[in-house]
Amino acid sequence: MNDATQAAPLLDVSGVTLQYKTREHLITATYRVDFQVHPSDRFILLGPSGCGKSTLLKAVGGYLQPVEGEIRLKGKPIDRPGPDRMMVFQEFDQLLPWKTVRENVMFPLVASGKLNGAAARDKAMHYIEKVNLAKFADSFPHMLSGGMKQRVAIARGMAMEPDILLMDEPFAALDALTRRKMQDELMQLWDETRFTVLFVTHSIPEAIAIGNRILLLSPHPGQVKAELNSLARGDADPLRAQELERRINAMLFADRVEEEPVHE
Amino acid sequence: MNDIARTPPLRPEVHREPESSTASVVEKPLSAWERVYNIGFVRKLALLAVLAVAWELYARAVDNSLIFPTFGATMQALYDGFAHGGLLARAWTSIRVLLVGYAAGLALAAVLTVLAITTRIGTDLLETLTAMFNPLPAIALLPLALIWFGLGESSLVFVLVHSVLWAVALNTHSGFLSVSMTLRMVGRNYGLGGLGYVTRILIPAAFPSILTGLKIGWAFAWRTLIAAELVFGVSSGSGGLGWFIYENKNLLEIQNVFAGLFTVILIGLLVENVIFRTVETRTIRKWGMQH
Repeated sequence: MNDATQAAPLLDVSGVTLQYKTREHLITATYRVDFQVHPSDRFILLGPSGCGKSTLLKAVGGYLQPVEGEIRLKGKPIDRPGPDRMMVFQEFDQLLPWKTVRENVMFPLVASGKLNGAAARDKAMHYIEKVNLAKFADSFPHMLSGGMKQRVAIARGMAMEPDILLMDEPFAALDALTRRKMQDELMQLWDETRFTVLFVTHSIPEAIAIGNRILLLSPHPGQVKAELNSLARGDADPLRAQELERRINAMLFADRVEEEPVHE
Repeated sequence: MNDIARTPPLRPEVHREPESSTASVVEKPLSAWERVYNIGFVRKLALLAVLAVAWELYARAVDNSLIFPTFGATMQALYDGFAHGGLLARAWTSIRVLLVGYAAGLALAAVLTVLAITTRIGTDLLETLTAMFNPLPAIALLPLALIWFGLGESSLVFVLVHSVLWAVALNTHSGFLSVSMTLRMVGRNYGLGGLGYVTRILIPAAFPSILTGLKIGWAFAWRTLIAAELVFGVSSGSGGLGWFIYENKNLLEIQNVFAGLFTVILIGLLVENVIFRTVETRTIRKWGMQH
């Protein structure tokens, strides 16, 4: 594995503290989190619920400003949502129900003024074919299964060719078999286009299957616990995967033991 | 103790090949009668025919055209009204006023709702105003409207605006509020903001509620208009359908009164079952937002 950390990172998150308000409380979601994502990274944010990983992703998305620290994309601070950071959400209702599959993939291209007309159409179809949904290009989202909807959302994100793709547990609501298949497909897409992705998950096997670099967060508030290298792409050795899973498990489990009595 | 140590019996595994269909029916078309009966339109048409026959029989038994004209006489009056009695012109007068009032109501509703989604005080304003005016029947404002705007079209438009505005604004606003957080974030992710965000994300996403508001607004407006016209014609000699009904009652042309009522029903049915139904099938049903 070549560790090319000397080049300038694509995404630089430094000392980021995030807070949000509920009706009664001010909650600190993450505390002074640092990490750097480089081009073509498959960077995973992994941690138990309450570690602020989704909030962190939303901050990179520009939906939320850090109270401390800074998030920079290509050197520029992030101050609002924008199509240079396409999001893929967990929810199946992220597709616009009044648009067909093709129109859904085309819409951000046109709305952001990146492409229009035939060019947008061709680009959209190219990525719809990549996720094997060409037959359903003229279907409306309500006619698709959950896995197909997520594939459309991925095609939509990739068609924009954003600087970074932000995925917020995109496969969490799928059944186990579909989820495995989607993970494999995502990796094939990465082999073809080498996109950069920041991927949130709470599943250790998913983190190992998808990521090349895994950021482990501890909960309440979210803090960096470790930053690990995952298996190299193409390394399908089940023993090494098991060993990594065991290491991560141990780190998360150690946390749980300390934490439990506090909650009682 | 014995119970806890109990284990299920060990059985051999079973493997089977699915046999080629031995079930008696896999797929078989329904009989012609069943298929016709399954069409809602046909069932309703049959009901209407039964009602018409019952009307005709009852009217013949009463045998008093001043109180209850027969179905046949009503249809004759309806035909005469459309062919030479100017019923079509009367209907058009009503519809024209209605369209003006409906459009003005929608425009005001749009302004109020945009205020309500952009500012907190706008939300409070909309909520307070709808709470106050929604329960107030529009027709109750007619006396006041007559003093303010005189005996004419503007009074009618005023009460129509009142009947449309609150229903549409209330439904549109609650529709906007119920747009899912995910869709909002998707819209902002595309870099949409301001008017683009409202027209390209919020309005289509809230369209089921907006359409409900439009339908309720239309129904209120149509009822209000006919009731208001019963009080006075738009201008002497060319009043709308309500005035037509009122005039013919005074002339004791009861079959014409029935014909006028029939026209009110027909137009109502046409708008609700043809226009709104078409919009519904082409939008929210096609999009799977309503089944």
